[in-house]
Amino acid sequence: MSTVWIVVIVSGVGTLALKAAGPVLLGGKQFPDRLTGVIGLLGPALLAALVAIGTFADGQRLVLDGRVLGVGAAAAAIRFRAPVLVVVIVAAAVTATARVIAG
Amino acid sequence: MAETSGDRGFREGAVAVVPMAVAVFGFGLSYGVLARAAGMGGVAPVIMSITTFAGSAQFAAASVLQAGGAAATAALSALMLNARYLPIGVTVAPWLQGSIWSRLLHAHLTVDESWVIAAEGTGRWNPRVLLAAGMGIWIAWVLGTIGGVVFGDVIGDPARLGLDAAFPALFLALLVPQLRSTERTTRLAGFRIGAPPPTIAALLGAAIALALTPFTPAGVPIVAAGAACLIGLRRRP
Repeated sequence: MSTVWIVVIVSGVGTLALKAAGPVLLGGKQFPDRLTGVIGLLGPALLAALVAIGTFADGQRLVLDGRVLGVGAAAAAIRFRAPVLVVVIVAAAVTATARVIAG
Repeated sequence: MAETSGDRGFREGAVAVVPMAVAVFGFGLSYGVLARAAGMGGVAPVIMSITTFAGSAQFAAASVLQAGGAAATAALSALMLNARYLPIGVTVAPWLQGSIWSRLLHAHLTVDESWVIAAEGTGRWNPRVLLAAGMGIWIAWVLGTIGGVVFGDVIGDPARLGLDAAFPALFLALLVPQLRSTERTTRLAGFRIGAPPPTIAALLGAAIALALTPFTPAGVPIVAAGAACLIGLRRRP
């Protein structure tokens, strides 16, 4: 089998295992209250990490490039309660423009 | 975005997901283009979008393959980026009460976007909204991939279109509604901090992720950032 197909199969099976472990093993059981507070904070923590990595990381390096301007403009759009689609388009447009100007 | 109403259903989820599905379609296009350019052919990227169904992980695998990396390296980097789905799966687990097949389907359709749309606040998730939003994202992702594979030559380099900045912007838009809290201060290690717990968790998560990026393989910083939620342990003494 070719390298590509091995990657497709291993990654597909592995990802489903990661996603399904909780629902299949713990499905339908409620957690104690104390744990619910912790789990409610997992969203903000992971999303903020995805924002930070997506804005500043280039592989294992941290860089400042056009994405910073795009995400900054998106933050302003969110501040003015723009719909999600507008926020995303603003980010892409500002980043693309910054790249054109920077050459 | 709709705040916590316990009776949101499939319909509400399908409506809420539309703007994100448009962004994901664009992301799928760029994945299709890059995967094809990375030598994955035309069929494998589409099958991977149907089965693995996780954007960042698929991009990582394609870039490893393009650089001539081994199958094990490519698959491992994809799985490390997806490691966050283990804790994410645990958070939705209590709300999935159907058969094992129904739980597997919900688990497969759990991605960052559907997970956030289905969140009802204070650690509750809505399975109907999760299903609808997950299906919307999945369809957009698979169609986008097909489009990218087929029309790659016309589309060109996605970075030129600023699509790489669209995703942190999307996640920021998803993050902001999650920062609302009934608590104004956070108790941490005996101190009282003048910001609500979700804000502190977000700042801490971003700081952990950035601090680890230079020293760990991709994916690890995001999973480690999840540890920031542990500040919630001290919230109700």
